[in-house]
Amino acid sequence: MKISSRQILPAMVLLFGACAPLLINAYELSLLGRFLALSILAMGIMLIWGEGGILSLGQGVFFGLGAYALALHLKLEGLNIANGDMPDFMVWSGVSALPAFWYPFASPWFSLACIVLIPGSVAAAFSWLVFRRRIGGVYFALITQALALAFSTLLISQQAYTGGFNGLTDYSTFDGYDITSNFAARVIYWITFVLVTICYFALRWLLATRWGIMLRATRDGENRVRFLGHNPLPYKVGAFTIAGVLAGIGGALFTLHAGVVSPALVGVVPSIEMVVWVALGGRNVLWGAIAGTLLVNFAKDQISSALPSLWLYGLGALFILAVSFLPAGIAGLFRPGSPEERVVRRMLTRRKLETAE
Amino acid sequence: MQESAFLLGQVFNGVSVASLFVLAALGLALSFGLMRVINMAHGEMLMLGGYLAYMTLAVVPGPLGLLVALPVAFLGAALLGAVLEFTIIHRLSARPLDTLLATWGVSLILQQAARNLFGAIGVQVIAPGWLDHTVAISSGVLGGLTLPDTRIFILLVAAIVLGAIALLLNRTRLGLYVRAVNQDRPVAAAMGVNARLVDLLVFSLGTGVAGLAGVILALLGPVTPTVGQSYIVPAFLVVILGGLGSLVGTTIASLIVGLFTALIEIFVDVSLAQVLLLVFVIVFIQFRPQGVITVRTRALEG
Amino acid sequence: MALKHFGLAAALLATTMLGAVRPALADGTVKVGVLQSLSGTMAISEVPLEDAELLAISQLNAKGGVLGKKIVPVVEDGASDPSTFAQKATKLIEEDKVVTVFGGWTSSSRKAMLPVFQRLHSLLWYPVQFEGNECSPNIMYSGAQPNQQALPALTWAEQKGYKKIFLLGSDYVYPRTANLILKKHIAHAGLTLSGEEYVPLGGTDFSSIVAEIEQAKPDIIINTLNGDSNVSFFKQMAAAGMTPDKLPVMSFSIAEPEAQAMGPSLLAGSYTSWNYFQSLPGAANAAFVAAYKVKYGANAVVDDPMVHGYVDVMEWADAVKKAGTFDPKAVRNAAVALGFQDSPLGEVKFAPNQSMVQTGYIGQLQPDGQFKVIWSSPGPIEPVPYDPLTFPGKSCGAHSTF
Repeated sequence: MKISSRQILPAMVLLFGACAPLLINAYELSLLGRFLALSILAMGIMLIWGEGGILSLGQGVFFGLGAYALALHLKLEGLNIANGDMPDFMVWSGVSALPAFWYPFASPWFSLACIVLIPGSVAAAFSWLVFRRRIGGVYFALITQALALAFSTLLISQQAYTGGFNGLTDYSTFDGYDITSNFAARVIYWITFVLVTICYFALRWLLATRWGIMLRATRDGENRVRFLGHNPLPYKVGAFTIAGVLAGIGGALFTLHAGVVSPALVGVVPSIEMVVWVALGGRNVLWGAIAGTLLVNFAKDQISSALPSLWLYGLGALFILAVSFLPAGIAGLFRPGSPEERVVRRMLTRRKLETAE
Repeated sequence: MQESAFLLGQVFNGVSVASLFVLAALGLALSFGLMRVINMAHGEMLMLGGYLAYMTLAVVPGPLGLLVALPVAFLGAALLGAVLEFTIIHRLSARPLDTLLATWGVSLILQQAARNLFGAIGVQVIAPGWLDHTVAISSGVLGGLTLPDTRIFILLVAAIVLGAIALLLNRTRLGLYVRAVNQDRPVAAAMGVNARLVDLLVFSLGTGVAGLAGVILALLGPVTPTVGQSYIVPAFLVVILGGLGSLVGTTIASLIVGLFTALIEIFVDVSLAQVLLLVFVIVFIQFRPQGVITVRTRALEG
Repeated sequence: MALKHFGLAAALLATTMLGAVRPALADGTVKVGVLQSLSGTMAISEVPLEDAELLAISQLNAKGGVLGKKIVPVVEDGASDPSTFAQKATKLIEEDKVVTVFGGWTSSSRKAMLPVFQRLHSLLWYPVQFEGNECSPNIMYSGAQPNQQALPALTWAEQKGYKKIFLLGSDYVYPRTANLILKKHIAHAGLTLSGEEYVPLGGTDFSSIVAEIEQAKPDIIINTLNGDSNVSFFKQMAAAGMTPDKLPVMSFSIAEPEAQAMGPSLLAGSYTSWNYFQSLPGAANAAFVAAYKVKYGANAVVDDPMVHGYVDVMEWADAVKKAGTFDPKAVRNAAVALGFQDSPLGEVKFAPNQSMVQTGYIGQLQPDGQFKVIWSSPGPIEPVPYDPLTFPGKSCGAHSTF
C-alpha cells in the first residue's frame, strides 16, 4: 500500500489532535479544546457563506441557544427541584418558584436533544421566513445582525430566567459525573475532537453530493437555478439550519470547556468575529475554517493581554486585507488553481455577468 | 399631565428619534441604491461628526460654535467617506458581502483610533445657551406637554437636510445622473454618465450627512468611540424597510421605526421594545419584501 | 542504614512537596496576578483600577517586598468577557503559579472566576461594589455590599424628607438586584415608589423615560445607570428642564473620573454614595492621592474602586506578614483577623464573612469635579451580603471548604 504525501499531513494532524491530552499541559489543552469547539461553528459558517453565499452576522444566536440549552441543565444538576430548590441567581432576581420552561431541562437527555433541536428549529424558521420572500445578500446579513442584538438584549433583560448579564456559571456535574476534574477535561476534549472530526467528514461528504452542488449553484446564480426549474429555498434553508445546529453544538461544547455562558458571547461583535475566523482561514475550504478559528483565537490570547490596543488595529487590518486581497483565505494560498479558487474568481465576475443579463 | 399630552409627547419623541434615524440611514440607503454595498463603518461617521463638533467648539466657543460645527462635521465626514470609497469600497463593489466585512474592519480601526486620540471615556459637547429652553404648554388638553428646544432643533436640521437632498436629486443635473445610475448603470454609463464619479459623490454626501447627525447626537449624549454603534443597527433596519435608495422610502421607514419604538415603550421596557422592533421588521418584509417604496430597476438580482 | 534511607526519602519528599506547594518561592520573588479588562467595553474603568493595584505593588516593592520577596505582578487581559476572565484566571493560577489574584469588575467576571478559584484553591481580591448574595471562601470582597452603599443612600434620602422615589437603572444584574432590595426598604420605611425603569446597557435614548419622570413627579431619582448612558440621561433631563438642582438625582455609578469626563457643569449638584471620595481627609488618603498623581500624572483622579484595589493589595501584604506564608488559606484566615487598619478609606477591616467593614459617605458634586462629603454613616458599617428584609433566612455559611 502506498501512502501519498497528500495524506501524510492530514494523518499527522489527526494523530496530534487525538494525542494532544498527552502532549500538552492542562491549560493549553483547555484552550485548544474551546477553540476546537468554536471551529465546529466555523465549519457551519463555511457551509452557508463559502458554499451557500449566505452571510450571517448572527451565528452567535445559535451558538448561544446551544450553550444555554446545556447550561440550563448544568445549573439544575444537584438541585432538588421537587423540594423547591432554584438556581442561586433566581433568588436575588426575586423569583419565587422555578419557571415552568426550566423543568424539562432537569433531564440530561432532554437538554442534549435541545442542543440540536432548538438552534436547528430557530434557524430553520427564521431563514424560511426571510428567504421565502427572496430576501438575501446584504439584507440578510443586516437582519441577522439585528437578530444578534435583539437576542443578547433579551437574554440580559430577562435576568430572572436567564441569569441576565452574568450568564450561567458554576457547574459541577453532568448526569452525576464530575466535569471539573483534570480527567473530565481530557474526556471533554476527546469528545470535542471526535465531534470536530465527524463534522468535518460529514460536511465533506455532504458538499460532494448533489445537494452540495445545488447549494453552490444557488450561490452562483439563484435566478438561473429557478429558471432551470429548481426551487432554491430548501437548499438555503437547509444549509442555514445545518449551520445553526453546528453553532449550537459548538456552543454547548464551549460551555463545557469554559465553564460559563454569558450574553457577552452571543452579541453583535462576537458574531462578526466568528466570520473573521472563516474569512481568514478560507471560506471555501473546510480545514481553512478550522485553521482560521484556531489561528485567530490563539493569536488573540497571546496578543490581547500584552498589547490590547494593537490587537484591535491588527484585527481590523487583518479583516480588510483578508477580504480584499485574499478572498480564499489562508487555505487559498495552499491550493492555487483549485476548484475553490476558481469559485472565488467566479464570484468576482458574477457582478459583470449580472449587469450583462 | 393629561393622558392625551403624554401620548402626543411620545409621538413627538418618536418623530424626534426618527429624524436622527433618517440622518443616520440616508447615506446608507443612497449608496446602497447605487452600489448595493453597505458601509459598516457608517456609524463611525457619526462618531467623527461628534468629535469634530467637540474640536470646533474648542476653537470657536460661544453661542455660534454649534452652527460652525455643522458644516465642519459635514465636510470632515464627507472627506473621510470619499477616502473610504476610493480606497476600499470601490475596489470591492463587485462583492457586496466582502465590502460589508471590510468596512467592519475599518470601523474597528476608527473606533480604536478615537480611543487612543481622545480617550475611552469620551468627550462632551455642551448645548449652547440658545437651546437651553423648553416649549411648555400649560393648559388645555395638552397641558403639561414640554418640548425641549434641542429636539425641535434636531427636527429642523433633519427637515432642512431632507429638503436640500430632495432638491439636489430632483432639480439638478447631478441628481439626474444619480437617478439614471440607480435605474440602469450600464445604460447610464453608455450615455456618458461618469458612474464612477456619481458613486463617489453620493457616498461622500451620505457620510457627510452622517457627520451632521453626529453633531446632533452630541447634543443628546456623550461623544464616545462607540457612539455610532448604538444607532447603526436601527439605521440598518431603516434601510431594509425603506427600499432601495429611495429618499421618501427612507424617511417613511425612519418614521415607522421611531414611532413604533416610542409608542411600544409606553407598554414594555426598552429591551423588549428592541426585540419587538425586529419582529415587526420580519413581519413587515413578509408583506413588502422590497420595502415601503419600490424603486424599479432593470437588475434581476438585488 | 534503613533509617538513613528513610531520612533521605523524607527529605526528598519534603522538597518535592514544598516545590509543588510553593514553587513561587524558588527565588527571591513571588508572583501575584492582576486580572482586569484591558480591552473591550470595561477597559475604560478597569485600566485605572489596574494602575492603582500596580501602584500598591510597586510601593510594597520599594519597601523591600513581602516576607523578603519582591512581588512580581503578572498582568492579564480579561477583555470584558466572562469566559476570558475564567480562562485567564486558570492560566494565572496553573501556569504562572501566582499566590493570589487581584481583579474583576463586573459581577459577570466574578461569577465566571469563582468556580476557578474554588477548584484550584486560590484567593481572589475583588474591589468593586456589587449586589451581595454571594460569599465564597475564595474571594475577598472589599467593594460595598448593598447595605454599605445603596441602603445608606436611602437612609439619607429619608432623613432629607424625600418621599417619592424613582428607580432608574441599566438593564443588568446590579441595578435589578439593588432595586429589588431598595423596593423592600422603600415599602418598609413607608415611602412611595413612583416608578422603576431599565434601559439596555449603553442605551442612549431617554425620551420616553424623561416623559415618564415628568409625569411621575418624584422627589428624587435613584440612578444605577452605567457608563455612557448617564451622560445621555443627564443631557436629556437638562433639555427637558429637569436639572439636578431642581430634581435631585442620587447615582451609584458616577465617581470622580466619570464626573470629570462628563463635565461637572452637567451634573453639578447631583449626589452619589460611595465608601471613598478623593476629597476625604486623612494623611493616608493624601499620601495615596499624591503617589498616584506622581505616577500617573497631575490631572489623574482616583475613585472608590481604584482605592479598594489599592487597599486590597496592602491588606494582602499585611495578611501575608501576619500569616508568615503565601499560602492562600492561611492568608485568608490572617486577613479576617487583622483588625482595623488605617487606609485612604479611613479605618477598615475584613469581617469574618470576608467582606470589608467600611464607612458609607454621601457626596455632592462640586463645579470643580470633586465631591463634597455631606453625610456619613455613624461609623463603619458591618457588611451584610444577604439583606435580611429581601432574602429572609439566607446567610453566609461556615467557611470550612476552601
